[in-house]
Amino acid sequence: MKEEYDKRLAEKDQLNMVVIGHVDAGKSTLMGHLLYQLGEINQRIMHKYEQESKKLGKGSFAFAWVLDETEEERARGVTMDIAQSRFETPKKVITLLDAPGHKDFIPNMITGTAQADVAILVVNATKGEFETGFELGGQTREHAILARSLGVTQLIVAVNKMDTIDWLETRYNDITKKLGQFLKQVGYKENDISFIPCSGLSGVNLTGRIPEPKLESWYKGSTLEEQIDKFKVVTRSIDKPFRLCVGDIFKGMGSGFSVTGRIVTGSVQPGDRLLVLPSGDSVAVKGLAINDVSYPCAFAGDHVTVTITGMDMNNIHVGSMLCDPTSPLKSATRIKAKIVLFNVEIPITKGFMVVFHYQSITEPAVIKRLNSQLNKSTGEVIKNKPKCLVKNMSAVVELEFDRPICLELYKDYKDLGRFMLRYSGHTIAAGLVEEVLKSKSKTDEGVSSSG
Amino acid sequence: MFVFRSVELVPEEPEDMWHAYNLVAVGDTLRSTTIRKVQTESATGSVSVNKVRTTLCIQVETIDFDTQGCVLRVKGRNIQENQYVKMGAYHTLDLELNRKFALGKHEWDSVALDRIDMACDPTQHADLAAVIMQEGLAHVCLITPNMTLLRAKIETTIPRKRKGMCAQHDKGLTKFYDQIIQAVLRHVNFDIVKCVLIASPGFVKDQFAEYMFTMAVKMDWKILTDNKSKFVLVHSSSGFKHSLKEVLQDPSLAPKLADTKALTEVKALDEFYQMLMNDADRASYGVKHVEKAVDLQAVEVLLISDELFRSQDVQKRKRYIKIVDGVKENGGEVRIFSSLHVSGEQLGQLSGVAAILRFPIHDDDDDSEEEG
Repeated sequence: MKEEYDKRLAEKDQLNMVVIGHVDAGKSTLMGHLLYQLGEINQRIMHKYEQESKKLGKGSFAFAWVLDETEEERARGVTMDIAQSRFETPKKVITLLDAPGHKDFIPNMITGTAQADVAILVVNATKGEFETGFELGGQTREHAILARSLGVTQLIVAVNKMDTIDWLETRYNDITKKLGQFLKQVGYKENDISFIPCSGLSGVNLTGRIPEPKLESWYKGSTLEEQIDKFKVVTRSIDKPFRLCVGDIFKGMGSGFSVTGRIVTGSVQPGDRLLVLPSGDSVAVKGLAINDVSYPCAFAGDHVTVTITGMDMNNIHVGSMLCDPTSPLKSATRIKAKIVLFNVEIPITKGFMVVFHYQSITEPAVIKRLNSQLNKSTGEVIKNKPKCLVKNMSAVVELEFDRPICLELYKDYKDLGRFMLRYSGHTIAAGLVEEVLKSKSKTDEGVSSSG
Repeated sequence: MFVFRSVELVPEEPEDMWHAYNLVAVGDTLRSTTIRKVQTESATGSVSVNKVRTTLCIQVETIDFDTQGCVLRVKGRNIQENQYVKMGAYHTLDLELNRKFALGKHEWDSVALDRIDMACDPTQHADLAAVIMQEGLAHVCLITPNMTLLRAKIETTIPRKRKGMCAQHDKGLTKFYDQIIQAVLRHVNFDIVKCVLIASPGFVKDQFAEYMFTMAVKMDWKILTDNKSKFVLVHSSSGFKHSLKEVLQDPSLAPKLADTKALTEVKALDEFYQMLMNDADRASYGVKHVEKAVDLQAVEVLLISDELFRSQDVQKRKRYIKIVDGVKENGGEVRIFSSLHVSGEQLGQLSGVAAILRFPIHDDDDDSEEEG
């Protein structure tokens, strides 16, 4: 196993990259065009997309079609679910996750970002558009905060659609200044952020094939591809017990069925026996594939398709966990967690019903108790049992779910201990799992639910 | 000896059962006709079992309410002997629609009397049905003035889209939609329901509605095509049941829903949260805090869950009644939430009682309130 991993290390570095940003910033188009320029998409297919999109009167969406594959997405011109693709740069192999920008699909975006190591934040440079995305309630802001809270530390900001403002240097500087300040506030380190001016539609400054005199007159920096190549390598915990969060389940070829997801920790080989939680079934691994190519083993950080046998497909759900049978995950219906509130409009009290986003799970949860309010920077307890929590506070709370959820403590597994809370379409808090608690019996809550 | 003063009531619709459930308390007497198995032994010693319809009066010991079937089941000891049933024998009364029952209490408090007034109020409110969905998850609910009943929860896994393999995704989606349509056909009675809400984030609702009506034409489901105008599409942030709260607040629905209890409750709770945001000292929750505010005559609006009045403990019930009466005496407004609505559920989580105050009262740090 170790040998295999060393062999892998000798090859190019693996990175999972998510593309985020406000709706219509041009995320899919930018990435579609990048894939095309890198030769991942052949000309014949691209030509077909161009013809078909023109027929629908949406010629400018041709590149987005590379990633937006369902009819619904193409017809509406909006990405709705995470699209996955893969490309190589001189030094890296990148798994690309294209996130939807529309605010209704933030749950999908969270799922994608939870699997990513690094991110590209796409902003629209067009007059007025950047401002809409950046204002309070815009997704540029929300996505950036979400990504940071979900553990993404390195960020490229692609200032897109520069062609619509005639490659104006002043506008570019203006945007980078505003965004840079904001991103630092959110918690990104200054030298982990970089800015790239580009145009997804015309393809300028993606890989450097298309010259643009207006840009070259003032910009001497790297292209998007070069910048992606400069991402720092992320260390993976392959020595920890195996954990994979199921993102998708489908019937593949042959026996059994396949699940996909990112291996969070550990490694896996065909023939291994794994435990599926929360259902508790024991399964055998039949095959492993990364990007449709089968591999003899897979490690933490890989996006892998695992073919398994030994259980009914109906008992496994998106959000289920595959893990090492000798050290299973914790299963909890009530947890204690540390949360940091965002800019929320209404105060949070106990009894608040929220949606709990964790890896690829979305589950309803209730805040059962406000334990204490903490000082944001020192972590000291300011007040025990506060009456309510308002914006930007930090606190320890207890959450309860309707059914058991598999999770890990933040102190044991960083990636598996993070979650987000949302309420009526807004992200209200980011949290870390501190402790798994015994659930109190449902009976003392009275007859409040109708089963 | 207590004096039981009784009231005769006839439940006419399922909703009335809910009211009855909120009225009957442990220790009350209940008289109704019922069916009882009676064993008779003939002179020769052979035993025969007959079912007889008889009128029984019992002293209530346990009360069960089935939200799915809207049936109220009350168990207790017989307190009026007749030819079939001995004194003190246990019997369970199933209250039935359109059958008279008499309820006796030795003390009728204001909340119980209000409840009877409310139950007898003949003004019809709009009955609603709602389908709250997101990809892979849907809830079909019926909303009556005092109840939100979850009729079906549909949860399926839909394979994600992947390169060149959209077929499984589309197949999963149609299967999911078919299940919802079946649930709608089974549970929504279009004679009563005035409006069916279809709520979801994104485009799922549009896609579903389109699919449903094309299928309705194809399969000749008259009931759907005839009632097409009753379907309303609304935005919600998720497919979970508590999103119903935002759905009801949608301004485009206001004229259709005007003054349904569900909506006024949602609004009242919202006002409470607004107050908590703007001036935390003018909003309080938890029994102790609210009691203190009542003593200071500070309560302007009292939000209280009807769950609290169903308490088995007479002392507890009295404590809550005292709060309600205290608020009314001082000209405050009392809103009794139904614990079956989503807003009531949330209030229930928030200790069941909350108040918007006339003037700020600063809470001391003796926040030793225990969870209810």
